[in-house]
Parts: sequence; C-alpha cells; structure tokens
Amino acid sequence: MAEKNKCGQDCVQLSEIDVFIDKLEQQGSLEGKLIAILHKAQEILGYLPEEVQSHIARRLSLPPAKVYGVVSFYSYFSMIPKGKYVINVCMGTACFVVGADKILEEFEKQLGIKAGQTTPDRQFSLYALRCVGACGLAPVVVINEKMHGKVTLKDVSRIIDEYKEGDGR
Amino acid sequence: MEKTETTKVNITINDIKIAANKGDSVLDAAKQAGIKIPHLCYLNMHDLEVLNRPAACRVCMVEQDDGRNGKLVPACATFVYEGMTIKTNSMNALNARRTVVELLLSDHPSDCLLCVKNLNCDLQRFAMELGIKTIHYEGETTEFEMDMSSKTVVKDSNKCILCRRCEAVCANVQSVGVLSGVGRGFSTTVATAFNKPLIETECTFCGQCVAVCPTGALTGFSNTRAIWEVLADPDKYVVVQVAPAVRAALGELFGYPAGISSTGKMVAALRRLGFDKVLDTNFAADVTIMEESTELMSRVKEGGKLPLICSCCPSWIKFCEHQYPDLLDHPSSCKSPQEMFGALAKSYLAQKLDVDPKKIVCVSIMPCLAKKYEASREELSNDGLPNVDMVLSTRELGRMIKEAGISFEHLPNEKFDSIMGQSSGAADIFGTTGGVLEALLRSYYERSTGKTLEKLEFESLRGFKDIGIKEAVIEIDGTEIKVAVAHELRNARILLDEIREGKSAYHAIEIMACPGGCIAGGGQPFHHSSEEILNKRREVLYNEDKVKALRRSHENPEVLALYEEFLGEPNSEKAHERLHTTYVKRGV
Repeated sequence: MAEKNKCGQDCVQLSEIDVFIDKLEQQGSLEGKLIAILHKAQEILGYLPEEVQSHIARRLSLPPAKVYGVVSFYSYFSMIPKGKYVINVCMGTACFVVGADKILEEFEKQLGIKAGQTTPDRQFSLYALRCVGACGLAPVVVINEKMHGKVTLKDVSRIIDEYKEGDGR
Repeated sequence: MEKTETTKVNITINDIKIAANKGDSVLDAAKQAGIKIPHLCYLNMHDLEVLNRPAACRVCMVEQDDGRNGKLVPACATFVYEGMTIKTNSMNALNARRTVVELLLSDHPSDCLLCVKNLNCDLQRFAMELGIKTIHYEGETTEFEMDMSSKTVVKDSNKCILCRRCEAVCANVQSVGVLSGVGRGFSTTVATAFNKPLIETECTFCGQCVAVCPTGALTGFSNTRAIWEVLADPDKYVVVQVAPAVRAALGELFGYPAGISSTGKMVAALRRLGFDKVLDTNFAADVTIMEESTELMSRVKEGGKLPLICSCCPSWIKFCEHQYPDLLDHPSSCKSPQEMFGALAKSYLAQKLDVDPKKIVCVSIMPCLAKKYEASREELSNDGLPNVDMVLSTRELGRMIKEAGISFEHLPNEKFDSIMGQSSGAADIFGTTGGVLEALLRSYYERSTGKTLEKLEFESLRGFKDIGIKEAVIEIDGTEIKVAVAHELRNARILLDEIREGKSAYHAIEIMACPGGCIAGGGQPFHHSSEEILNKRREVLYNEDKVKALRRSHENPEVLALYEEFLGEPNSEKAHERLHTTYVKRGV
C-alpha cells in the first residue's frame, strides 16, 4: 500500500509509518488507532505534513478532513517541521527569575527565529517550555534529550556551535 | 409485537401529562405534545435515518425537576424516563436559552438584511422569538475568509455556529466527509482538510450541507445578477429549461403548502421574466431514456459493462470519480438531461429557429447545486460552446420572481413553448428517487420486446421511508433484468462495493445523491428537515405522471421528430457527439 514515489527521504519515513500501520493491522482492526498512528508518525518525522496525513487517511479509509481535524485539535501534534535539534528553554519560575527569558532572547537572536519556529535549514527548532524539574540547575536548556544547566548568555553561541559541528548527541 | 404499555413512559412537561415513547429525547416528546423547543444543532429525519445530536449549541436547554433546585439539561440529548418532570418555559430555562443565543450572536455578523439566508435563518428566528434586543457580551470575534472557489457552494465560516449538521450529513449520509471540525477552543471552525478551497477537495457539491445549515454559513452560489444581465441584452437569445423537481417545490416559496404543482405558474413567471423560450428539461429526460435504454440494450446484448449506472446526477458522478475511479466504465456515457438539453438547444433548436448558436444563452433552473458545477465542466461543451451557460437553483428563481415584482399567485397557468417543451410522465418522475429507472424500464421493456407494459408503475422502486436501496426485476424475452435504486451516497457505496467485489447481480442501477432524490436537492426551498414536505413533493411528481396521456419517453412526438430530423438513431454517431460524455479519474 505504501506509495513509492519521488519523495526521497520522506518516502523512506513514510514506509516506516506503513510498517507500523501494518503491524497494528495484523493485531486487529485499525479502527480507533488514528491517534496512535499520528503519534508514531510525528515521532518519525518530527511533524505531520499534509501528505503524511492524507496517506494515513487513505490507509485508515478515513476522509482526510477527519485526520486533519484530529491533528489540529491536539496541541501536541504539529504541522510545522521540527529541526534536527529541538531547543527547549525552560521558563519555569526558578529559571525565569535567573533570566531564562534573556537566554531565550539570545537563542532567538543567534538563530534568527522566534520561539515556536524552525531555522530554514531545519537544523534547529526553538521552544519555551514550563518547569522541567531541574530547578537546581537553573536556568536550564534542554536540547533533544540532553540537559544544559546554569546556562549563561555567553554559553548560547558555544552550545549552538557544539551542535552545528559535533552533530550533537 | 411488544405491548404498547412497555414502550411508553409517563412524563410531565409544563404540567401537561404526556405518554412519551421510550427512548425518545425530551425534545422529541415535547414536539409530539405540541410544545416547541428551539434547537440549532439537533437534526433528526427519522425515515431517512439522518441524525445529528452533538448537543453542541445548547439552545434547547430545559429545566428538569431533580427534587432540589431544578437543573438545566439539553432537551435533544436528555432521554425520557418514567416520572420525569420538565419545564421548557421556566424563567431559568428561558434565561439560559437567551444567554446561549446571545453568546452565539456575540461572534456572529449582524448583517442579516444583506444575508442570503435572511428570513430563512434559524438563528435569526430564535433571536426574534426569544425577544433578544441587546447582546450583553462583547469581545473578540473570529474572522475567516469566504470560500467561493467552487462557484457552487459558498462557505462563510464567519456565520458558522459550529452545530456540525453539515459535517454529519457529509460524513454520515453522503459518506464523503469533506468537512470536519478543525482546531480547538475559540478558533474552532468547520473546514476542509488543510483548509483547502472546496473546489480542490472531493466535495461532490450535492449541497446537502446547504440544505441543513441553520444559518448563512453554507449557501448556494448566486447567478441571478448575471442572468438579469443577459435577459436585458437584446443580442442574446435566452433559452430556459426547468428540471422536474423544481415545479414540485417552487410554490412553497410563495406561501403555497407543499404538495402543489406549480408547472403552469412557473412557465408563466419565466415568460414574464423575459426568457425568449421557456422549455423543459423533461424533454431532454425523455431523450436521455432513448439514449440510455439503447445503451443498456447493447451492453446486455453485446456483453458490455454491467451494471450500467444512470448518469443524471452530477454529484454521484463526481463521487464516483473520486471514490471509485476504477469503476468509471459503469456509468452510462449519457450526459445528464440538463446537458443534453443544452447540447440540443445550441444545435437542433438553433437550426429550427434559425438563431446563431453563439447568441444562445442556455439557462437552467435546477433543484440542485451540483448542476452549477456540472455546467462548468469543460468536456460538457460542443463546437467550443458550453452546453449550459448558467444555472439557477429553485430558490434563486423564487428570488428573481420576487425581485421582478411578479405576483405569483395571480399568474395564469401557461404551457411550455415548443419545440423541446413536450415531455412524457416518465420524465416528470426523474425528480424523485427511483424515477429514472422506472422511466428507463418502461422504455427498455417496450422497445426491446415490442409489447406494451400492462402496469407502468414500478411500485417497488418508489418511496424512501426506511429504505436506502430498492430493487425490481423485469422479465424480457425470458431473461430476468435486475435493477436497483440507491439514494444518498452512503447507500450508493453499498452497491458500488458489491460491483468492486464482483458480486453485483444487477443490470442497471440508479444513484441519486440527495435523500429522496432531486426533490430534496441542495437548491430547493428549505424543507427544515420536514420529511412530510419531501413526501408531498414526491407525490406531485408521481401525480404529474399519472395524469398525463403521454407516459412513455419513446412515444414523445417531439423526441421522435428530433431523431428523425436531426440525430438519426439513438446512440448514432451524431447522438454520441452531442449527447454523450466521458469521465475523469480524480481519486481522493
């Protein structure tokens, strides 16, 4: 069922989604599995582009509008591509009082994007989030799975460079 | 049979004792007892199994006695039980209802005078009935762009109250699902996938969303201005055709009860509006039967694709193109009667009248919105001229008659012009589900056997109460010909899936997208979900057929003359060139 067309890397990822759907299908009906599939798709792609939603709709015999309705309802789902590195600046109280807002501003300035956006080269996405529970390390910046504590304004460019060059972790 | 006592429960509404049906909502029970409860989102057409009950609008709030202070509940989604006590008009209930309507109005444009739904809008009516004079709530308002992309269905989400009726009919009745609730909270709207313009979606333009929308959020695209312009242009020769279902409902727009045929007055009105020729789509319906019965004969004889599916309904055709592109060799290649009429008006009629086809403007009055879309399809043209230039809905015709100051009730009954104005009773019944196939069987039988049908009525193909698919069998020279009729696209899906699986036993199928057929089309006067109105419209058409001397398409003298003078034989090369078409694989 997977459409093999000119979509390059996305196509490989599309077939990864199909493998997941096939597995669910073998376990039983696909009815009621939409959200689980959307979760998996976003995990693989980082976001849910139109073509992917349409593809999932076809696989589940659902109208595309229905899938879009679900995706647009939950704030967890995103239709905006995420960068390779997702930078989350903690804005919880402890971080905020030691200048997390300034840290966020510095990231915005250096990356040339606003919070909630992704750089055009799709390397970095920038978000503000609430307390990550590491108040002792405030201000905290979480990039993908890695925690950066006691971040200063001066650290920002070094951290960005570290990911640009070292391919992060 | 169950005992009646077990199916009834005793409830009290406004101090009136009522034996309500078990399983009914408070709203249904109240309605039966003659108590009106306003509602916007709730939609229930029992016989047609059309239901929308999200309890979203909260306009039907009533007070339920819970032994304490009384609690407010939505009447549509609260079910009766033995001993229940309800007040629909307590201060508490009325205030709640007013608050709800005021809140809806606080984010709703107030240009009612200029709205196409003015005087036909449920929200407007309830605001008036509830005596709302001021809106106590101010704040942010939503702003959406209008979607006029299809020039068929117009979507103005600014007027949407999120009742989800459109979504329910599109998904559950038509099984298309073009519309869905999108977003959340204050920014929620009903939209297409990825907010695409309707023309880029798999919308079939059946217009059932328009038929059930309680406000002006979904309406038909209007062509009246353009038609006034061509009517005023002395260089244009404006020919008008009218579909069968229009005459069964037009009177409703002028205060007549449903169930009255308006044929004579309608013709008179069209003449007074200034159309050069007032002609009948029914004539083309008879031609359709000639072409389609011949096509069916050759498919049966020569082992062609069966079942043949009638192709009169443009909404079903678009549905097939999107949802069943692999089955596009099943629909008859016949153009719809509207398009056949146009093709003949700009060739045969032009010749007979000695008018340059380029000067002819072919206008149709249709019960349907999809016909507007159909007229815009590029392949439905000949000699570089579109077969049909402009399409007006029944509602738009009503508006034009009012604009022109024509007093409908004082009009005499007039007759269609000739030629292309004569028709058989078989053509009249095209406007209701089962009619096309009944007309087809009459001619198919008599033309293939040379015998006369004793009974012209195929009762098993008539009506729509509790039935989505009807069947009939007719024996022709020892061969059983099996046919089926589906209305609503969800029922069509059942027959189409059978074909896809190779299990279809039918020779011919009729599909009409709208519930009950064209009588309930998206361009008809609003029936406000009254099935009684639809039944009466249907009766008008069957009656038109019954009282006509001419009841077989193949006996229509004007049709016979058309073949003799112009087309030759049915399915001839010339007939194919003018009257047949092709379809497009679209997919979803």
